Amino acid sequence: MALRRIKADLHVHTCLSPCSGLDMSPREIVNAALQRGLDLIGVCDHNSAENVLAVKKAGERNGLMVLGGMEVASSEEAHILVFFDDDDDLLGFQKHIYRHLAGRNDEHAFGLQVIADDEDGVTGFCDRLLIAATSLPVEAIVAAARAAKGESLVIAAHVDRQSFSIIGQLGFIPRTLVLDAVEVSAQMTADEAKERFPDCRKYPVITSSDAHGPEDIGKRFTCFTVEDGSVAEIKKALTGRDGRKAEC
Amino acid sequence: MKLNDIVKDFGLEVKTGSSHLDREVTAGYVSDLLSDVLAHADEGVLWVTLHIHQNIVAVAAHKDLAGIILVQGRDPEKDTVAKAEEEGIPIMVSSLSAFELVGRLYKAGIRGAEAH
Repeated sequence: MALRRIKADLHVHTCLSPCSGLDMSPREIVNAALQRGLDLIGVCDHNSAENVLAVKKAGERNGLMVLGGMEVASSEEAHILVFFDDDDDLLGFQKHIYRHLAGRNDEHAFGLQVIADDEDGVTGFCDRLLIAATSLPVEAIVAAARAAKGESLVIAAHVDRQSFSIIGQLGFIPRTLVLDAVEVSAQMTADEAKERFPDCRKYPVITSSDAHGPEDIGKRFTCFTVEDGSVAEIKKALTGRDGRKAEC
Repeated sequence: MKLNDIVKDFGLEVKTGSSHLDREVTAGYVSDLLSDVLAHADEGVLWVTLHIHQNIVAVAAHKDLAGIILVQGRDPEKDTVAKAEEEGIPIMVSSLSAFELVGRLYKAGIRGAEAH
């Protein structure tokens, strides 16, 4: 397969995240992503992957590549993006996260957590407290991701933000933590982040939107030169192996 | 002690929820981890934090806290202010550090929420 340059927004929420709009349904997300010229999106809801398969199916029908993942909140309240190629790996990881996530959602205080199908039908509501933090420290989250059968992609989310970022919560990224990249939010450029945070010079950097509404999808993106949108290819691009590259 | 009195006595800047200051504070709690506040703060508690993200409002609404004091002159994010006004949650700002502020609140008679 030949290398090609794809436009990717790896951090998109769906209507499953309590803080997202109901308009973040699988079809709406796919349509908005294609309109913005994206080739690949990453679906990562807070502590859950229950809408991933629906978005994947909607994406497949319309020619959009979809990477399945979730945005896990560690016990230190640092947000970590975790992706897998294999759906079974993702669902196994979700089971592990659920075992370490306490509480029931309060829809009035936190918002609805809608589970949808690929045609935008509502199939249920997740009643777990997805906005909460797991009891797992960052090291345990990375270890659980690496323990999956297939490859995993682990990225520290919006490290430039004061809230819910690993740098904001822990001061700096523990040296023993094996991350594939750090993500910089829409509030600054990758270069600004590298200047401001020494940790951003130690890891590959991606930028993405952290979209909670359709209008934000693709607002920030990263271009990958890869054969396809798989975890394995993106990891090669992040480390610049075999002619692959990542640009943001 | 009512929020009104605390605002006056400690020179707090009221950022949101100014019509909800007539509330009695039952106890105080200091934490910068939202999950910890969800687990340990109860109705009527005054929460001292440096967290400025809008999720503090959701946590305060869910636990029916009396209000939130941001320390060290921290400026709440725009979304936080909007959400707090919508939910009627008082957010007040102190220029003091958490240690200083809590020491003075304790001296004024406010006790810690029971750890459970």
